[in-house]
Amino acid sequence: MAVLGAEDRARAAEIMARYPKGRERAAIIPLLYLVQSVEGHVTRDGLRDVAELLGTTTAEVEAVASFYTMFRLRPTGTHLVNVCTNLSCALVGAWDVFEAAHDATGAPHGGDVSDDGMFTVHEEECLAACDAAPVVQVDFVNHDKVSPERMREIVERLRNGEVPEPARGIAPTDFKHASRILAGLEE
Amino acid sequence: MGEKPRNDRPGGRGGLQASPGAAPRRDSSASDGPPSNKIITANWGNDEVFSLDGYRADGGYEALRTALDMTSADLIDVVKASGLRGRGGAGFPTGVKWSFVPQGTGKPTYAVANFDESEPGTFSNRELIEREPHQFLEGLAIATYAIGSHDAYVYCRGEFLWPDMVLRQAIAEAYEAGIFGESVLGTGYEINVIQHRGAGAYICGEETALLSSLEGYRGQPRLRPPFPAVEGLFGCPTLINNVETLCNVPHIVRNGGEWFAKIGPEKSPGTKIFSVSGKVERPGNYELPMGSALRTLLEEHAGGVRDGKRLKAWTPGGSSTPMLTEEHLDVHLDFESIAAAGSLLGTGAIIVMDESDCIVEATRRLIAFYAHESCGKCTPCREGTWWGARVLERIEAGYGRPEDLPLLEDLGQNMLFRAFCALADGAVSPIQSSLKHFRDEYEAHIAERRCPFTGRGPGVVNETAEARAGDRGLTEVLG
Repeated sequence: MAVLGAEDRARAAEIMARYPKGRERAAIIPLLYLVQSVEGHVTRDGLRDVAELLGTTTAEVEAVASFYTMFRLRPTGTHLVNVCTNLSCALVGAWDVFEAAHDATGAPHGGDVSDDGMFTVHEEECLAACDAAPVVQVDFVNHDKVSPERMREIVERLRNGEVPEPARGIAPTDFKHASRILAGLEE
Repeated sequence: MGEKPRNDRPGGRGGLQASPGAAPRRDSSASDGPPSNKIITANWGNDEVFSLDGYRADGGYEALRTALDMTSADLIDVVKASGLRGRGGAGFPTGVKWSFVPQGTGKPTYAVANFDESEPGTFSNRELIEREPHQFLEGLAIATYAIGSHDAYVYCRGEFLWPDMVLRQAIAEAYEAGIFGESVLGTGYEINVIQHRGAGAYICGEETALLSSLEGYRGQPRLRPPFPAVEGLFGCPTLINNVETLCNVPHIVRNGGEWFAKIGPEKSPGTKIFSVSGKVERPGNYELPMGSALRTLLEEHAGGVRDGKRLKAWTPGGSSTPMLTEEHLDVHLDFESIAAAGSLLGTGAIIVMDESDCIVEATRRLIAFYAHESCGKCTPCREGTWWGARVLERIEAGYGRPEDLPLLEDLGQNMLFRAFCALADGAVSPIQSSLKHFRDEYEAHIAERRCPFTGRGPGVVNETAEARAGDRGLTEVLG
């Protein structure tokens, strides 16, 4: 089953046109974001769609998709909660935030989805905001100086259908929306 | 930056307050250039420069106009004269790098900006873009013109959803104002900018891995030569510069290479943004002249070690640079002085650890990072980071053996300079430097069969520690 409908195929063509003629393979990352934005993770069918668009094999596309952590190759929650546990964050309490994220969301360790389908928690590497440690991203926007209490509050608000205000900028509504933005669409 | 807490950021809900008494960055009456010590962060108190109009009102894009009136060779000479060295970690002279890109080859030439921060502990590029994106774009435009290119790519970190949106908006503004497009500032010279997002892989900050990623492949490094200058993006001549490097360029063009060369030490001129994090009172980005002492940065700007504790260890340039200690407090922060002290300036990311922090656990966490981020291409790196992480986990959990210390040293020797890129070398830095400065701490972990800081390990009765070790998948190596 094709993942991309007619409308999305037109967007895919726009994405590919950003790159020089004959170099369309460069569009593989934004195209993977595009299929991820439809299904909430990159499925077998999504890989096949991208391969077909680029005139390459599914295996080639999978090799690329599996290299990058932002492509989720297995079912993922409505919201992706990334908790940085690298050194600067770990020094000021990130492990407690990491545990609080699992407790509050009900998502198991190891990156699977919570039973209600709402959350995946991912152990993140340095997010380049160490002045605001511990740092948490919800659907790839930053929350600064997050305590375990604040982590629980963020999860509670997401559960209530709200979009917690990030430290800077604007927040996508969910992981699919974030993937759409990452494809260079809908900003 | 040190004058006030910086809680407000452009695009945030609070809005920025102008910093009282801040010197204007571009003072046309001062022939010696701006009076402030700050160059690329001088405007961080002014939220107006977030937009194109605000940036232009402050003299923005005048340097690009100046540059477009110059020949490529003259422009490269100015940057060479400035002595500017790359801010991405390696410190290679920027003007020389520009001159390596052959012109008139008949092939397209590409300029690529590396916005794939971060080396753990580094957060200067993100803030440069979030606060004043046009300063970077102006530098990029000048560099693109200088190498005779018409196509600039910005490789953005994927996790930077908001900074990348800021940049996208700024690029759109610049196109609309005729700064990019078919005729840059009406000169007839064409420059197009393509923003390209990564997807979560630290290795893509390495320039040849970045190119692989940009071309649509796994982000794995390539053997050099051929160097990117000759055979880079799509097999064509390519210049790759870091964001902070490019931010310096408009100021150098405006004020002259000699002006820049006079700031800081002769061999490491200019200022540098130092990203300070960890156990300090005021973490943040601080721009100081190169060659400032760590003591000045730590005590006068970052507010000293948190809670009055004692400094134990610090990295001068992020996780991949060897740790230094309290005895290095008066070391000067420039490429040469840090090298003389046995480490590397890297990205200028100072991670501070105090007397209550366990060095073995800190090292374990850093090696876990490298094990996660190793691209897997080279055996010494792929296997070495993985096994290094296992051995360090074992020691931290209280199951270390005396022979683990020579084992770690041997591991380092088998990784250092044995891989295509510097990721493996980066992983060796914390292992070797922590063993050098804090060997007694490793020995205490092994002798006491527990972490002396957390008390976890079989040396004391603590079921929670056992459970935690199990959680981390240690059971098979605890033996």
